[in-house]
Amino acid sequence: MISILGSGVTGLCAATALQEAGHTVEVIEPRDSPPPASWLAGGMLAPFCEGETAPQVIVARGQTAVDWWAAHVPDVARRGTLVLSAPRDAAELDRFARATEGHGWVAPDMLEPALSGRFARGLFYEAEAHLDPRAALTALRGGLLTSGCVFREGAPRGRVINCTGIAARAALRDLRAVRGEMLELHAPDVVLSRTVRLLHPRFPVYIVPRGAGRYMVGATMVESDDAEGITARAAMELLSAAYTVHPGFAEGEVIATAAGLRPAFADNLPALRRVGDVIHINGMYRHGFLMAPALALDLVSLLAKEPAYAH
Amino acid sequence: MFYDRDIKNRLMLGTAQYPSPEVLRAAIAASDVEVITVSLRREGSGGAGFRDILRQSGCRILPNTAGCHTAREAVTTAHMARELFGTNWIKLEVIGHADTLQPDPFGLVEAARILCADGFEVFPYTTEDLIVGEKLVEAGCRVLMPWGAPIGSGQGLRNIGGLRAMRAHFPKVPLIVDAGIGAPSQAMLAMELGFDGVLLNTAVAKARDPVAMARAFAQAVTAGLDAYRAGLMPARDMAQASTPVFGMAELLA
Repeated sequence: MISILGSGVTGLCAATALQEAGHTVEVIEPRDSPPPASWLAGGMLAPFCEGETAPQVIVARGQTAVDWWAAHVPDVARRGTLVLSAPRDAAELDRFARATEGHGWVAPDMLEPALSGRFARGLFYEAEAHLDPRAALTALRGGLLTSGCVFREGAPRGRVINCTGIAARAALRDLRAVRGEMLELHAPDVVLSRTVRLLHPRFPVYIVPRGAGRYMVGATMVESDDAEGITARAAMELLSAAYTVHPGFAEGEVIATAAGLRPAFADNLPALRRVGDVIHINGMYRHGFLMAPALALDLVSLLAKEPAYAH
Repeated sequence: MFYDRDIKNRLMLGTAQYPSPEVLRAAIAASDVEVITVSLRREGSGGAGFRDILRQSGCRILPNTAGCHTAREAVTTAHMARELFGTNWIKLEVIGHADTLQPDPFGLVEAARILCADGFEVFPYTTEDLIVGEKLVEAGCRVLMPWGAPIGSGQGLRNIGGLRAMRAHFPKVPLIVDAGIGAPSQAMLAMELGFDGVLLNTAVAKARDPVAMARAFAQAVTAGLDAYRAGLMPARDMAQASTPVFGMAELLA
């Protein structure tokens, strides 16, 4: 028996991969625990765009995520990512192009007719995808339940795999929080079918379509463990970026705002760590949906080397 | 040197926008900087994890009031910085315009007066305007930080004449060029002009290889300082032949 602590993207991916490898798995989720940070994620599977700042390991391993998710949950949108900048920030677009791979220059309105006349050029990352985090996590949970995984409260009965994100800070002393703020808009007048990233020298923003006229706009990056609601400044920055992409967003309804804490190690890279008898998967930072499948498979390999868990 | 502290490495680095704290740490080590600046306005007191990493760097920390738009906000932020970092040093920024990030000289002088009277050692982010500089010195600032160009623009020294005039006007006040530096050659030029230091962030943090870029800037700043101390030759309008040349047409001035 293996006990996964935490039912965010890391825990559910780990549970799924372990169960597929033949392990008996339970997921421990205290009833009073806050919703997982991944609940608020963008749900972008964008290894090439992340390569702007992330090291090659994220770009390389992240590329496996699209297929993993497509094999496990419905509605993975393989629509690519469109990267734009306001005309006066054109230098940012050139810098982004130099810093990343897997892209080509496009006329944005060829891909997204709603952007007609607004942007002269953009970068298109064709191999990237996006999903709806809540739908995807719900689907993973459903798959686990169907195949006999138990979700419950209380003390773990098996080998402990801790996937509790920032809540594991007491055991992982070098874990820190990077606050992210996001909001959701219902803007049916705007029709975008793929993730759009707007580059800006100070606050880059992405807009992810959630279907039925809903859009997620995120996300700030603040070195803080303050989990309070989003600031007015964040809302203004996110909304003004959305407005820059398409003025129609200004007519939309703000249907949700939220702030979450990304767990991160000093190198901002997700990792498997052993602390005593416990294995931690943590430090997902911006890369939860992108890297959780890869880390889950690493976990399966790691356990296969332990005599008690080898099959 | 800067408020009686002898700082050998005249490059100072901002700590924002790095790919990770680990890369920041490596950039600090590679450039051997002694002073780093950190913002607080947005992070508030919740950024203990990041602050611990900065402290572990061993650098002297120069907290800043980036993101403050009024003197009052800047004063409040400075007090919080003193509490969190245990230092009287404060890089005072009072931003006049959210878009250009141009300093507001009026709010700046007002905040500098309050903070200097309160025992802070203020590093004001200002323009190259001489009168503003005088008011800041009169308020108690013993360092001035004129901009090279707008924050994050990478344009280098946009008003070299103004910066030269400032250097000449304040021969005894340490002057640090802060903001707008995009390339090591620009940092070097500032040092060759006789400035006492250069502070920058984006050019290193957003480089493809921030660690290598930090090292390049450190070398440029050292070279510029050495060159200034060694005494640069003045430029001439024509070649100075080492042996007399006869028979040339006489060039009229």
